[in-house]
Amino acid sequence: MQASSHIPHDVSYLEYKGKHNGLLSWILSTDHKRIGLLYMYSMMTLFLVGVVLGLAMKFELIAPGKTIMDAQDYNAVFTVHGVIMIFMIVVPGLPAVFGNFLLPIMIGAKDVAFPKLNLASWYVYIAGALLVIASLLFGDGSPDTGWTFYAPYSFKTGANMLPAIFGAFVLGFSSILTGLNFIVTIHRMRAPGMGWTKMPLFPWTLYGTAWIQLLATPVVGITLVLVALERIFGIGVFDPALGGDPILYQHLFWIYSHPAVYIMILPAMGAISEVIPTFSQKHVFGYKAIVASTMAIAFVGYFVWGHHMFTSGMSGTAQYTFSILTFLVAIPSAIKVFNWISTMYKGSINVQTPFYWAASFIFVFMIGGLSGLVLGALATDVYVHDTAFVVAHFHFIVFGGVGFAFFAAIHYWFPKMFGRMYDSLWANVGWIIFFIGFLALYSPMFYLGMQGMPRRYYDYLEQFHAANILSTLGSWVMTLGLVIIIINLFRSAKSGPIAGKNPWNGKTLEWTVPSPPPVENFETIPVYHEKDGPYEY
Amino acid sequence: MYILANTQASNFVTGVDRAFLVILGISFFFLIGLTLVMIYFIYRYNKKRNPEATQIKGSNTLEVVWTVIPTILVLVMFYYGWAGWKPMKNAPEDSFEIDVISRMWNFTFEYENGKKTDTLFIPMDKPVKLNLISVDVIHSVYIPAFRVKEDVVPGREKFMWFIPQKEGIFELFCTEYCGLQHSYMYNWVKVMPEDQFNSWYADTTILVAGTVDSPTASGKRIMTNIGCLACHSLDGSKLVGPSFKGLYGHEVTVKAGGETKTVVADDEYIKRSIYDPNSEIVEGFPKGMMQSYQGQLSDDDIALMIEYLKTLK
Repeated sequence: MQASSHIPHDVSYLEYKGKHNGLLSWILSTDHKRIGLLYMYSMMTLFLVGVVLGLAMKFELIAPGKTIMDAQDYNAVFTVHGVIMIFMIVVPGLPAVFGNFLLPIMIGAKDVAFPKLNLASWYVYIAGALLVIASLLFGDGSPDTGWTFYAPYSFKTGANMLPAIFGAFVLGFSSILTGLNFIVTIHRMRAPGMGWTKMPLFPWTLYGTAWIQLLATPVVGITLVLVALERIFGIGVFDPALGGDPILYQHLFWIYSHPAVYIMILPAMGAISEVIPTFSQKHVFGYKAIVASTMAIAFVGYFVWGHHMFTSGMSGTAQYTFSILTFLVAIPSAIKVFNWISTMYKGSINVQTPFYWAASFIFVFMIGGLSGLVLGALATDVYVHDTAFVVAHFHFIVFGGVGFAFFAAIHYWFPKMFGRMYDSLWANVGWIIFFIGFLALYSPMFYLGMQGMPRRYYDYLEQFHAANILSTLGSWVMTLGLVIIIINLFRSAKSGPIAGKNPWNGKTLEWTVPSPPPVENFETIPVYHEKDGPYEY
Repeated sequence: MYILANTQASNFVTGVDRAFLVILGISFFFLIGLTLVMIYFIYRYNKKRNPEATQIKGSNTLEVVWTVIPTILVLVMFYYGWAGWKPMKNAPEDSFEIDVISRMWNFTFEYENGKKTDTLFIPMDKPVKLNLISVDVIHSVYIPAFRVKEDVVPGREKFMWFIPQKEGIFELFCTEYCGLQHSYMYNWVKVMPEDQFNSWYADTTILVAGTVDSPTASGKRIMTNIGCLACHSLDGSKLVGPSFKGLYGHEVTVKAGGETKTVVADDEYIKRSIYDPNSEIVEGFPKGMMQSYQGQLSDDDIALMIEYLKTLK
C-alpha cells in the first residue's frame, strides 16, 4: 500500500481528484473501488450484447422453420451468446465487481494487497475480451461450434478456434491474477482481531473461488498449447483424422469449465449469505457450516467434470464414479439452503428489494440444483443429456443463481457504492416482472427436454411448438423487467436521495464507513475485539 | 410427454422412468416444502409481526440432521440412476446387429445382408445392437421413446442396444451439435412384429430403393438415403455445397491445388467429386466439408445417381 497521509478522509472515492481527470482518473486508478466499477461498466456493456443475442435466438424459435435468420446465423448467435456470457460475464462477474469493491472494506483494509496488479488484471481482462471478440468478427466468419468448441467439429469448420481459446486463456489469466490478489489480501490484510472465524461470508466465498481460479485456469493454458500444436504442426492430439482423441479434448475442456461453474456460483452464494442476515436483523444461522460447505464445494467441484460426458464413451467405472461424486457436491449446496432459510427463523424481516432478490434466488437456485440431480444420476442423464433440459438447468444455475445474486448484491450495496438510494417501488416492479419472465422463459425448456427436444436446434418438430412459444414470450417479459431495473439504477446513481452510512442496519465493516466510501476506506483501521463479529446484532 | 406416460417402448423404460420418479419425487418434495417454509418465515417473522429478532447462531444437531438425511437421499438417488443405466452397458451375445453410419447430416442404417436404409427397421422383442460409426465429427444417437442415447465418436468403436417392445414409429435425433443442418439430422425408427420384419429383411431384391421403377427414382432414393440432399439442393439454392440443379453436362469453376480452372460436370467429374471430394472444390465453397464416399457407394450406385442428376435441368 502507498503512503496515504496526503489523501483526505472526507473526500469520497467518486469525488477524489488524483493526478488525472476524467476518463484517465478511472482507467489509471489503482483504487479497488474504481476498478470494481470499471469491471461493472465493461461487463454491463457485454451483458447487453449477450442479452440481445439471446432475444434473437428465442425469437427465431417462436415457430418451426425460418423466422428471422438462417441456420448458419443461428449457430453463430448461440455460440457468441455462450462465449460472451460464460467467459466474460458469469465467470469473472461477482468477484471482479463486488469482490474488488467490497473485499478490502469488509475485512478492514485500505485496498487489496497489490493495487497495481489489480488494475493490470482489468487491462488483461479487456485484452482477453477484445481477442475473443476479434476471433468472432474476423477470419472465416463467426464461429459456429457452440461455446464448448468440441473437437473434431471445431477443427473442421472455419471458426477461429485458436484465437478464441487464447482469448479465453487471457481472460482466465485475469482471473488468476485477481484470485492471487484476493488470496494474499485475505491472508495478510484482515483487520486486527478478525480471525478466520470472524471473517464475513462473502470474503470467505471469494477465498474459495480464488483458489479455484488459481488452480483450474491453467488447464485452459494446457489445452491451448495442445490446440496450437495440433493446428500449426498437425500433430494428432484431438482430431481422429490425425490419430488423436476427441474425448481427450472434452476432458480437458470440462476439467476447467466445470470448476468454472463453482467460480461463478460461490461468490453468488456469498452475497446471499450477507443479504439474508442483514434483512432478517439476525445472526447468520450456522456460520461454520456455511464456511465448511463453501470450501467443500470448492474442493469436490474439481472432481465432477465427467458428468458432462456420460454418453461420450467413458468406461462404466468412470461413469458411476463421476455420478456419485456429483451427488456428493449436492450436499454442501443443500446445507447452505437449509442455513439460509433457518436464518430467517425468528428474525425481524425487513422485506426490501435486496431481500426479494435473495428469496427468489433461493427458489430458482433450488430448481437449478434439484434439476442437477436428474443430470447427476446415470439413467436419467442419458435420457436428458444434450436436450433442452440441460439448457434449462444451467440457466437456472448460472442466470438464476449468479444473475439473481448479482441483482441482490447491486440493490444491497448500491447505496454504499454511490451514496444514493434507488427508487424502491420501481426496483420491486422490475424484480417481479423479471422473476415472472425468467420462470416463463426457462421452465418450458425442462418440459421440452423431457419430451426429447435436443439442444442447439435451429428448427424443431411440431410437437415442441407450444412450449417454445411460452419460452419466447417469457424472454420478452424478462427483458422488460431488466430494462426497468437498469434505468432505475442509472437514474438513481445520479439523482436518488442521499443514503446514509448504513441504510439497512448491516453489521459488516462496509456499513461503518461513509457512503460512498473515502479513497482509503478507513481513517483508522478497525479492530475486532472478543465480542465483535460480522453478524452480532 | 414420454416420461411417466407409460409407453413401454423398450426394455430400459421401466428402470429409467423409476429413476425419474424417485429423483423428481424427492426434488418436488424439497422444492415445495422449503419454499413454503421460507414463505411462512417471511410472513410470520416480518418486522411488523416480530419487531425484535431472537438471536440464534446455529444448532449442531440440526447441521448433523440436514447433512445426514441428504447424504442418504443422494445415495438412494445414485442407486436408482445406476440401476436403470447398468443394463445399457452390456448387449446380449445374440443381438441383431445393425451398423449406424453417421455423417453431417444424416444417418444410414446398414444391415448384415447388405440392406441400407434411412429408416431404422427393427424387429419387436429381440435385442438389437447398433454399432455406431461416424465418418466425420461427433454425433449422438438419441431415441427418446427407448430412453437411450450414445455419442457417435469418430475413431472409436461404440454401440448401443435395446429390446423394442412396442410396435410403432418413433423419432431418432442427433443430439450432439454437428454444424449447419444439425436440427435436420433426425430419422425414424420403425418397430415391426418379428415375422413382418423377417419378410422385409429377407427381401434382398430391394437393397436400397423402396420400389424400383426407374433408374432415376433409384438414384434419387440412394441420394436421399446417403444424405446428399442435406447439403446439396435440388432447386438451385445454395446450401453447404453447390446445388444439383442444372449441374450435369455444364461447366463448373473449381479450385484444385491453388489453381482455378473450368471443368465440365460429366460422369468422370461426378465420380471424382464423390470418391475424392476435396481434390477439386467448386469456387465459393469451403474445403473439407465433405468426406469421401469410397466404400459406401458403388460405381453402380453412382451410375443410378447420375441418371437422376441428368433430370435436374
